[in-house]
Amino acid sequence: MLPELGHFALVLALLLAALQAFFGLAGPAIGRGRWMAAVIPATAGQAVMVVTAFACLVASFVGLDFSVAYVAQNANSALPLIYRIAAVWGAHEGSLLLWILLLAMWTVAVAFGATRLPQHFSARVLGVLGIVSFGFLLFTLATSNPFLRLIPAAADGRDLNPLLQDPALAMHPPLLYAGYVGFAVAFAFAIAAMLEGKLDQTWARWTRPWTLAAWAFLTVGIALGSWWAYYELGWGGYWFWDPVENASFMPWLIGTALIHSLAVTDKRGLFKSWTLLLSIIAFSLSLLGTFLVRSGVLVSVHSFAADPARGVFILAFLVIMVGGALALYAWRAPLLKSAAGFEFTSRESFLLFNNILLVIAATTVFGGTLAPLISDTLGLGTLSVGTQYFNPTFLLPMLPMIALAAVGMHANWKRGRLAERSRPVVVTGLIALAIALALVFGYYGGRPGLALVSLALGAWLVLSSLVDPIDRLRRGLSMPRAIVGMTLAHIALGVFVISVTAVETYTTERDVALARGESIEVGGYDFRFDGIDDVHGPNYDGVHGIVQVSREGRPIATLHPEKRRYFVQQSVMTEAGIESQAGRDLFVALGEDLGAGRWSLRIQVRPLINYVWLAALLMALGGCIAASDRRYRTARAPATVPVGAGQGSTA
Amino acid sequence: MNRFLLPLAAFALVAIVLGVGIRNVDTKGVVASPLIGRAAPAFVLPNLLDPEAPFDSRSMAGRWYALNVWGTWCVECRVEHGTLVAARQAGQLPIIGLNWKDDGASAIAWLAQLGDPYEATAVDAEGRVAIDFGVYGAPETFLIDPQGVVVHKHIGPLSTEVWERDFVARAAAK
Repeated sequence: MLPELGHFALVLALLLAALQAFFGLAGPAIGRGRWMAAVIPATAGQAVMVVTAFACLVASFVGLDFSVAYVAQNANSALPLIYRIAAVWGAHEGSLLLWILLLAMWTVAVAFGATRLPQHFSARVLGVLGIVSFGFLLFTLATSNPFLRLIPAAADGRDLNPLLQDPALAMHPPLLYAGYVGFAVAFAFAIAAMLEGKLDQTWARWTRPWTLAAWAFLTVGIALGSWWAYYELGWGGYWFWDPVENASFMPWLIGTALIHSLAVTDKRGLFKSWTLLLSIIAFSLSLLGTFLVRSGVLVSVHSFAADPARGVFILAFLVIMVGGALALYAWRAPLLKSAAGFEFTSRESFLLFNNILLVIAATTVFGGTLAPLISDTLGLGTLSVGTQYFNPTFLLPMLPMIALAAVGMHANWKRGRLAERSRPVVVTGLIALAIALALVFGYYGGRPGLALVSLALGAWLVLSSLVDPIDRLRRGLSMPRAIVGMTLAHIALGVFVISVTAVETYTTERDVALARGESIEVGGYDFRFDGIDDVHGPNYDGVHGIVQVSREGRPIATLHPEKRRYFVQQSVMTEAGIESQAGRDLFVALGEDLGAGRWSLRIQVRPLINYVWLAALLMALGGCIAASDRRYRTARAPATVPVGAGQGSTA
Repeated sequence: MNRFLLPLAAFALVAIVLGVGIRNVDTKGVVASPLIGRAAPAFVLPNLLDPEAPFDSRSMAGRWYALNVWGTWCVECRVEHGTLVAARQAGQLPIIGLNWKDDGASAIAWLAQLGDPYEATAVDAEGRVAIDFGVYGAPETFLIDPQGVVVHKHIGPLSTEVWERDFVARAAAK
């Protein structure tokens, strides 16, 4: 009964989404107020139906209704309750429903949270979101219905993919999707502005908090996925340039460019068409990410069940949405002129370079991700693009960007007056260099080169970010949340650069075979293998190794790297044994049983790796704080005549 | 040219690449088994329904047949089971079951309840024969010719359409 109710609710949601799109777009077009008003109930109704459908699927999982094919494929009677809930988005159909649910949440937040928007504008925004929702609902109902029955019912289910039976990965998709979907809001704002034919600074002020929030979600989502890969996959890194990782990273890079470009549009009324374009691209890349993961065009650890028919649908949707948006852009954007100019050393110009470098970085990632596909398409054979490509091509634009950020924060709007502000820039730069030298030669003991450069840049960014807030505090000036958030995010970026550099340069790694009682020294620590023990879980069995870590005879920790075999899918999962210390992680993954009590072990000592994820969380926190700035909540529609198409703004 | 058209043009190129990419997925989805065109691995395994008479794959020499890898724990196997039962009733092509890493009693109960499409079911409790065949997930179905050569491999549940096109038609054509 519940699955049928959920299915029915989805159909109703589809109809309401169509109404939402129609009233939202047609109402303002012909200036009919009643139609514009009707978009609100349609939106609310759609959200209620989507929540109902989602709740029905959750209930089917919790109640282990194996007469539902999707439940039978992704749950098992031995699966703990928490993972039964996470199993809802454990595969394609449910992930889509989660996507739709989050879109409905964002849409409701816009409908009821952004009450200061003029009615015709908010109707258009909701109308565009209605189209997006309609597309995804249609996709779900036509190709990926999670409520299909399995007759006769299965006695028991196939269980959730063991890879996904983990707290971090259970939370990874909701956060990631919340970010992806959040960019739909910025996208809808951009389309609405183009339909209106005007884009002023108020528009940017409306758009900024939504974009910041979406970006913060995406940041946490990516960081969680990366953290999970570290302790679960047993390879011991934080980023692998896997196509699916890249699919989430591209919208992040463009989203980062967008929040900076929006700042310029907000403060100075510049970069208008550029900001619009970034809004479109950020969401397009989110859609592309969905396409790449779900269609099977790229081979990745994530493409569990790819289906070309689904790919064709998403591609069609992508062409309609993105093609339509870009066509509208080609038509409308030329009318939006930014009249004001700015000097070469002004903040505008630093942010312009920031944007250019971020877009270059996103383009290199894009190229590397699609290269295998392009080479396949042209019949050039199979091509594999890995870290040898991504690391250097990504660093090339990113390192100068860090330097520009450290300097650019001190430039004023319009006229740079950098000469007057050169003291803090130079002083922080010198201190940072001293810190980097001390770290490289004093603490870590050598291997300068790129590490020295990037450690210095990271430290410079941290110190440079602190100058302005400290100055404000000393002079007793107010500290708006936008500035607190920005400072935090920039410090976090500096910390990120430092920790990534330390991990990349100073990791010590050994793959060894040890018998019981044998030990090996890695990075100044002694790892002694004390054999293995059996472990038993609710739906798996396995073994864990016992590894005693000591330093100069002092015991430090006992690690238990695990290997689990999940009953139903018969797959083996590793759980690394990790001891986190203030400055480094001690990491042991259990390899193969080599016989006669010998096991292969992967042992790593990774400095600062925790700070990689901590920095990402700080960045996201900065985004949230900035999004909550009062300025955005009090931004009202201007009473003045709006800056019309072609008139241009003089800020 | 209007520079604001450039993003649209770039997107058109990307869409074409993706479109061609997706057409290729159809062929990529069929993970070409290295076994195709080669002799199927020979095996002798216990017979699920007749413990007295082990199943020997060489007994199939001289006939076309399909080897279907299944298990009661496999949901997709349940999905394709109806197709297989109907195929046996139509008597088109003999099907040999390879019961993979399964519990014997549940397998017998499954066939009793849902119908038995198999001329014989070989029990691969350890999964060793499945490894020889390169099976990486059930269901998988192999088409083997009278000389014992693997002609085709299908991954995932069989639909009647796929069965007719890729198995029955191929066997009849040669």
